[in-house]
Amino acid sequence: MDIERHEYDVVVIGAGGAGLRAAIEARQQGKRTAIVCKSLFGKAHTVMAEGGAAAAMGNVNPADNWMVHFRDTMRGGKFLNNWRMAELHAKEAADRVWELEAWGALFDRTKDGKISQRNFGGHEYPRLAHVGDRTGLELIRTLQQRVVALQQEDQELHGDAEAYIKVFAECTITRLLKQGPEPEAPISGAFGYWRETGRLVCFDAPAVVLATGGIGKSYTVTSNSWEYTGDGHALALLAGAKLINMEFIQFHPTGMVWPPSVRGILVTESVRGDRGVLRNSEGKRFMFDYIPEVFKDKYATSEEEADRWYDDQAGNRRPPELLPRDEVARAINSEVKAGRGSPHGGVFLSVVGRLSPAEIVRRLPSMHHQFKELADVDITKEAMEVGPTCHYIMGGVEVDADTGASSVPGLFAAGEVSGGMHGSNRLGGNSLSDLLVFGRRAGAGAAAYLDGLAARPVISAETLQDAEQEAVAPLSRAGGENPYEVHHELQRTMNELVGIIRKAEEMREALEAVGKLKERAAGTGAPGGRIYNPGWHLALDLRNMLLVSECVARAALLREESRGGHTRDDYPAMSAEWRRKLLRCALTPGGEVAIEEAVQPSMRDDLIALFDRAELSKYVTADELADYDALVKES
Amino acid sequence: MGYKAKFRVWRGEGGEGKLEDFVVEVNEGEVVLDVIHRLQATQAPDLAVRWNCKAGKCGSCSMEINGKPRLGCMTRMSTFEENDTITVTPMRTFPVIKDLVTDVSFNYQKAREIPSFTPPQDVKPGEYRMQQIDVERSQEFRKCIECFMCNNVCHVIRDHEENKQAFAGPRFLMRIAELDMHPYDVADRKNEAQEEHGLGYCNITKCCTEVCPEHIKITDNALIPMKERVVDRKYDPLVWLGNKIFKRSGSSPAKSG
Ligand SMILES: Cc1cc2nc3c(=O)[nH]c(=O)nc-3n(C[C@H](O)[C@H](O)[C@H](O)COP(=O)(O)OP(=O)(O)OC[C@H]3O[C@@H](n4cnc5c(N)ncnc54)[C@H](O)[C@@H]3O)c2cc1C
Ligand code: SF4
Ligand code: SF4
Ligand code: FES
Repeated sequence: MDIERHEYDVVVIGAGGAGLRAAIEARQQGKRTAIVCKSLFGKAHTVMAEGGAAAAMGNVNPADNWMVHFRDTMRGGKFLNNWRMAELHAKEAADRVWELEAWGALFDRTKDGKISQRNFGGHEYPRLAHVGDRTGLELIRTLQQRVVALQQEDQELHGDAEAYIKVFAECTITRLLKQGPEPEAPISGAFGYWRETGRLVCFDAPAVVLATGGIGKSYTVTSNSWEYTGDGHALALLAGAKLINMEFIQFHPTGMVWPPSVRGILVTESVRGDRGVLRNSEGKRFMFDYIPEVFKDKYATSEEEADRWYDDQAGNRRPPELLPRDEVARAINSEVKAGRGSPHGGVFLSVVGRLSPAEIVRRLPSMHHQFKELADVDITKEAMEVGPTCHYIMGGVEVDADTGASSVPGLFAAGEVSGGMHGSNRLGGNSLSDLLVFGRRAGAGAAAYLDGLAARPVISAETLQDAEQEAVAPLSRAGGENPYEVHHELQRTMNELVGIIRKAEEMREALEAVGKLKERAAGTGAPGGRIYNPGWHLALDLRNMLLVSECVARAALLREESRGGHTRDDYPAMSAEWRRKLLRCALTPGGEVAIEEAVQPSMRDDLIALFDRAELSKYVTADELADYDALVKES
Repeated sequence: MGYKAKFRVWRGEGGEGKLEDFVVEVNEGEVVLDVIHRLQATQAPDLAVRWNCKAGKCGSCSMEINGKPRLGCMTRMSTFEENDTITVTPMRTFPVIKDLVTDVSFNYQKAREIPSFTPPQDVKPGEYRMQQIDVERSQEFRKCIECFMCNNVCHVIRDHEENKQAFAGPRFLMRIAELDMHPYDVADRKNEAQEEHGLGYCNITKCCTEVCPEHIKITDNALIPMKERVVDRKYDPLVWLGNKIFKRSGSSPAKSG
């Protein structure tokens, strides 16, 4: 069968915030850039983001600045973050948001005409630039329209709108191509198929930016869409790159729980940022009972103080509903387990009486719409029922903070598919800003890599043949196993055995199940033709979901502590020793997932000095604290 | 609480196809897209349908349900009687690729024909100052999730293939209005809307507004005001000249007219 061929400088896989920002950067630096994505242009997962993009612009509270944002991010991640990424992110997020405005974005405004900013969990000051509760839509549409603007420019200059930047929509990449089989061999391209026609396609390109998002489709209850099959994570592993922090998965505390068909769909944290409170079946505002030791002095201990905080943040401490997500998710989980849940197994989240009905509709339009249309609930009159849902993976491709480069020459990653920035738990709003900051950096990193490249690596006929065979295999097994069933089984396994609270024996069980599912996946078949055949597509996605699930379960089994998005029933405490360790996944030549421990690099002096001793002492080892004391004494 | 529903789904590719009958389980709270997914998983693994968010946010799952353009993920099964036969077909105005998936490239072409946001040269990122009330008009149009159902129902192209060349459709005429109402956009878009993107073809039937899942008042708030502006211009060239001078002076970015 013939394979369609294209030649580019940079191929960006993914058209969400990270991918589009990377592509824009590569094109602005004069590189011929392809954007490849599984859905239509403008529909990537980023479109679903609701609450906002975190950037310390200081528009609402002038006390905010990058250092406060940096501290919040490190705290939220329980100090496991790649501190250089957290630093770059805090410093550059504001510029990236302002840039969007210059490309036509229309954020909500403050009274003096600046970009308005809202409160969110774990952020000390109002920090999230937003448009109602549809910020992701604004972000993706603005970037999409920026791509179009560049194409219009190219049309004027070169007579061809797609001369320098072209979107290959509904096209799935199944393999990265390399000059040779060894891990350090450089990238030479990418291989995939058109969903619409089933035609195979090969991109000849020395630089590839992965921006494929997350892995939530390995779980039953998730806020994520069908696209989140962990493709980029798996592609990177298969190409010889490393993944870190895969044990850390964010279960967002508030997903819808009823009706069953919408279970998992997100209820934005803005509801809590905008005065929403959580109550159990006894009507109690239970979050006051769940303020952890490390956050004791930052959160209100009475309802009165919490309620005053919305209007006077200087004089009061924050409501505990705005603790980082891992804390709130665990609290809800405990309430339900203790029998104080709502009728459908969640808890109650309500803004009734806390904002006027008109204000609720104005500030939370898509929540109002979503509950009305999908659950017959009017949130201006009734409480919402909510519970935890698999939302975001902190783990991903290990990259160089400044350039997004992975350990494989020519392979870059940005956005949710990359790892490190968020440590063990991501703060709300820090993803959208992450996409912009590191999308841009990865695009620039790829451009710089090309400038230093002597010759384009070549694609061997052999690698191409392998990729082709793998891609069409399910079509030739028309009587094979049903891929939908294998998928459902995997989702149940991960949901039940590697979920929000984890136990060693359950994770072992999960690994065994994943092993068996791998065998079954190899025999899945897809009846029907090549044209838009979802059964075929799913059969191919299974490889990725299984690989990623294995990484998650193996890493989770190894990490014997509880931290952020990793809670062990058998190791409930956070350990200062474990804070210094990263778990790094790689593939063995035989295709097995192997994990090694790596040392978490220490923070740079000027950054660690931003924290006070009392706080650090809750996280770090005695040795590290002694270093800190020496440092402070010196200065 | 589950029951068996009767579905008729359009199946086919390459210009040919037919309605196929299915009997399929339906559970409490489900939407049409859930049922389509159950068909995929149990009876028709290669049944093609687009979707992403399953929450009415991405505009992927546009289809015609009993002849009406709807989002599959926002159409609850409880809006039908248990013994109704539910007919699901692809959007009619765009060529079918397979089953419920259509070729919507027309829309992306049109998007590229609309000149982009054009801010004044001397405003730097971070310096934009706009009042909430001045951005709200364009914000309404930016709620658009590009489901393309308005373009699908507009009779100007639904019934007249030959008009596709000259007519951007409500989605992109609204995009022009959105930019025209953007406080910082300095491009002149009024003639262009009329002369190059076919605003004149619109005879304000409001079919587009009726199907919009975001409840955007496309006709009343975008198309009619644009038409009025075009008329204004025709009679009073000073109106636009005045606007531009006013804007460039930088005293206030608010664009009136
Ligand atoms: C409901 C919801 C609400 C959220 N709200 C917020 C919020 O308010 N603030 C915030 O900061 N974060 C929020 N998040 C998180 C944030 O939206 C995501 O982490 C972020 O959008 C991920 O962006 P991305 O660019 O990495 O990937 P995505 O936007 O997910 O894009 C991934 C892209 O990769 C493509 N792709 C994947 N695999 C392949 C392949 N094999 N071949 C080709 N293309 C491929 C996809 O088609 C897609 O285009 C939210 C998440 C959800 C689910
Ligand atoms: S109002 Fe105009 S654009 Fe909308 S459907 Fe009618 S003719 Fe088409
Ligand atoms: S204006 Fe409404 S109907 Fe038209 S594409 Fe946008 S969301 Fe869909
Ligand atoms: S799946 Fe996104 S709108 Fe229906």
